[in-house]
Amino acid sequence: MDVFFDSVALSRMQFALTSIFHMLWTDLTTGKAIYLVIIEGLWLKTRDTDYYYHARFWAKLYVLNFGIGVATGLPMEFQFGTNWAPFSEAVGDFFGSILGFEGAMAFMLEAGFLGIMLFGWERVPPVMHYISTIMVAFGANLSTFWILAANSWMQTPAGGEMVDGKFVVHDYFQAIFNPSMFNSVSHMFLATLETSLFVIGGICAWYVLNKRHEAFFAKALKIVIATVIAVAPLQIYVGHLSGEYVYQEQPSKLAAIEARWETALAGEPAPWSLVAWPTAAAETNRWELNIPQGLGYILEFKGTLSEPVLGLKEWPPADRPPMTGLIFYAFRVMAGIGFFFAGLMLLSVMQWLRGKLSAEAIAQQRGLLRAWIFAAPLGYIAVESGWIVREVGRQPWTVYGLIRTSDAASRLPAAGVFTSLMLFAMVYTLLLIATLYFGSRILRQGPNLDLPVPGMTTQPALKTTPAEFVPDQRPTEAQQ
Amino acid sequence: METLDYFLPQVWFFILALFLLLYVMLDGFDLGVGILSITASSEERRSLLMTSLGNIWDANETWLVIMGGTLFGAFPLAYSTILNALYVPILIMIFGLIFRAVAFEFREHAEQKVFWNLAFGMGSFLAALGQGLSLGTVLAGIQVDEFGHFAGTIMDWFTVPAFLVALTLIQGYVLIGSTYLIMKTEEDLQTTHYRTAQIAAWTTLFGAILITLVTPFFYTYARERLFSQPLIYVFVAIPLVGIVLIWQLLSSLNQKRETAPFIWTILIFLLTFIGLALVVFPYIIPTQITIYEAAAAPSALVFMLVFIGFLIPIMLAYNIYNYVVFRGKVINSDYG
Ligand code: HDD
Ligand code: HEM
Ligand code: HEM
Repeated sequence: MDVFFDSVALSRMQFALTSIFHMLWTDLTTGKAIYLVIIEGLWLKTRDTDYYYHARFWAKLYVLNFGIGVATGLPMEFQFGTNWAPFSEAVGDFFGSILGFEGAMAFMLEAGFLGIMLFGWERVPPVMHYISTIMVAFGANLSTFWILAANSWMQTPAGGEMVDGKFVVHDYFQAIFNPSMFNSVSHMFLATLETSLFVIGGICAWYVLNKRHEAFFAKALKIVIATVIAVAPLQIYVGHLSGEYVYQEQPSKLAAIEARWETALAGEPAPWSLVAWPTAAAETNRWELNIPQGLGYILEFKGTLSEPVLGLKEWPPADRPPMTGLIFYAFRVMAGIGFFFAGLMLLSVMQWLRGKLSAEAIAQQRGLLRAWIFAAPLGYIAVESGWIVREVGRQPWTVYGLIRTSDAASRLPAAGVFTSLMLFAMVYTLLLIATLYFGSRILRQGPNLDLPVPGMTTQPALKTTPAEFVPDQRPTEAQQ
Repeated sequence: METLDYFLPQVWFFILALFLLLYVMLDGFDLGVGILSITASSEERRSLLMTSLGNIWDANETWLVIMGGTLFGAFPLAYSTILNALYVPILIMIFGLIFRAVAFEFREHAEQKVFWNLAFGMGSFLAALGQGLSLGTVLAGIQVDEFGHFAGTIMDWFTVPAFLVALTLIQGYVLIGSTYLIMKTEEDLQTTHYRTAQIAAWTTLFGAILITLVTPFFYTYARERLFSQPLIYVFVAIPLVGIVLIWQLLSSLNQKRETAPFIWTILIFLLTFIGLALVVFPYIIPTQITIYEAAAAPSALVFMLVFIGFLIPIMLAYNIYNYVVFRGKVINSDYG
């Protein structure tokens, strides 16, 4: 295969692989942190110890995930230089600054307060602990903001121009708040939150179904459902807005998403394909199943379009995104999951209103609980599909319309990149297996309901000396 | 305008040096503890070592991430050329850091801890090795073309001086790691690390002397630098101060002091660092690219200064708070 001798293709594969894996862990880092803030807030407000045990239990899964998120994030930071040196040199003024901000504002904030959030229950007053939890959540989501600001600038570059192969910035704020920034940040923010909520919900459902701590987990499931009521429909709406901006700003990507080869003129009804078999060589879909006027309704809520939708044939083959079929199906998988989530939310709310989710009755809802377990991994699939649409659809550009991917890559011997790619593939697969293995062990162990609760006078924690005290997961240290 | 073109890159050179120094000191003891864990005699001891890092390893490592980001933003040419040249050493470091980071999480839950112990110890070692090789290669000079782009081969880092620097850096990390553990542990464990600190102090000293002797002969630029007026006085002063500091360190170890060894080690690191910075300045890739050539546009440097500059004291403040909250000895290593 030629690609194994082409260092540009190998670098692309390496970037795709490392970011796809990185994303598997950071979804929960950002989304679940918000859930931890909610839970700890409820504990402080109600002093219901269930919430405290919830906070401790989910934090245990959280930290497992967090460490791997950090570990897989590091290579991302350095890859721009090692594998994309010409790109880094050309866009460093803007892009590098943003990565610097991400480190100094977001990562350090998370890292600085994580220790207190995890091990500080007995060492700092409750308010200080709560502030730490909030800072971790804030830092994580700030990192979403900055990295998406950088990435959306690559999609819709603004705020400057190319001079002698270097991007010269005229207006930094225009570059940060580029046309697609707001949309991408919101869609991503909701995506990590939604993914985390369905993961948590799925785990709760699993416990209830297995008749372990039913009342305890029914409580958490209801918090999840209550939050999803807002998140799931909003995500569909924001996704729709993303589609609209792609239509405006990146017509070649829209053509690939829809696998459209021919242009649909303004005023014409445009169909929407549910399934299709695009073939690049023949420049057509071998077959397709269409919903008449569908595209018009999706983009403009009416049967006919007021602006033309360009087909892929408008661009010479070298300027078209590759792998149309992948983009086409990845988009449908993501959107399908978005609607499935919304449907599950509606169903759950209905049962809740009918009183079927009370602690006594919930175990009877076997079908619904199974659906929640089924939904747990779907968020990840939606996120990865969405990114594939976004990144493969941007090709052949690294910075849309300005820098081609083939000009952005470092000149490296293919054998070197091939070796590193294989190492990443092996190590990351190992990490994924280990995370699933140890994660499921934590789940099988279940929550530790014997932990001392801070601030409760009858608790043994205050009587034992630190040396005998066996804490939940990490040892404490004695105060001097 | 002219002065601004010089002033801003100098400010950023200073800030980056500060980040690098913070990283080398903080993750230095972190990685040093990791390397020492290879020799830990029992599971319990190893748990204690890891516990002493539990709350801070992530923050310490983040200084590296910040440094990467700011180097990218402030000196894009240096970021791309250096990393391109250091493909292999950077990967060694990255895989080392990955293994050691995940070991913190997985070891705790694993029944068979052997694999994760190895991941932690060897990961720390590899990370230090990769950093040392990178430092050594940059000091030895990187081959570039007329645009400042990397023009060498993927194996250019494989040189004797680079390995010399790497081994010395590893010794330095072991030294600072040992003195950190002297502060954080008691009894047997502390005694052990008085010993490792003593050994590491001598091996680091030996490496440093070797590098000092070898450097002026290997690198003409360094020689010219070292023997030029008025700098020569500084370069005569640095070894003298160094000898005093090392003597202080060794005697504080002999007197079994608890915090003093760590502080003397930090000062030794600081001194070495100042020496290096003076040799390198104003180059960012020695004798090839100056900080002025590599710098981003002034507007970018100002923009970053505004947003990152004011964060530096804030970052330092909450990091210090973190150390204060977790001050004291680590005594319990029960992973319940
Ligand atoms: C839980 C995850 C999730 C769900 C349910 C959805 N999306 Fe999404 N989508 C993402 C997660 C995501 C993402 C991973 O977060 C992406 C990739 C990059 C980004 O900013 O968001 C994305 C990108 C993305 C893009 C590409 C933007 C670009 O290329 O710049 C479009 C057009 C949509 N989405 C549209 C939708 C629609 C119409 C949805 C529902 C009906 C939908 N998404 C549900
Ligand atoms: C592809 C470009 C990306 C780069 C260069 C990158 C870089 C990094 C780096 C260097 C870290 C480690 C931080 C540390 O040491 O504390 C990290 C962690 C993280 N990344 Fe990424 N990342 C990328 C993509 C993303 C995306 C798309 C998100 C979306 C939300 C994201 C979210 C996070 C979060 C939340 C963390 C913190 C994880 C943790 O500390 O556990 N990253 N990333
Ligand atoms: C974490 C979620 C992400 C995923 C799953 C992802 C996925 C991908 C994929 C599949 C490619 C290869 C495209 C191709 O060659 O056809 C790619 C390339 C790339 N992505 Fe991402 N990406 C993510 C986030 C980001 C972010 C946040 C940035 C920037 C800040 C970024 C920057 C790049 C760059 C520079 C390339 C290489 C150049 C190119 O192929 O155009 N990615 N990514």
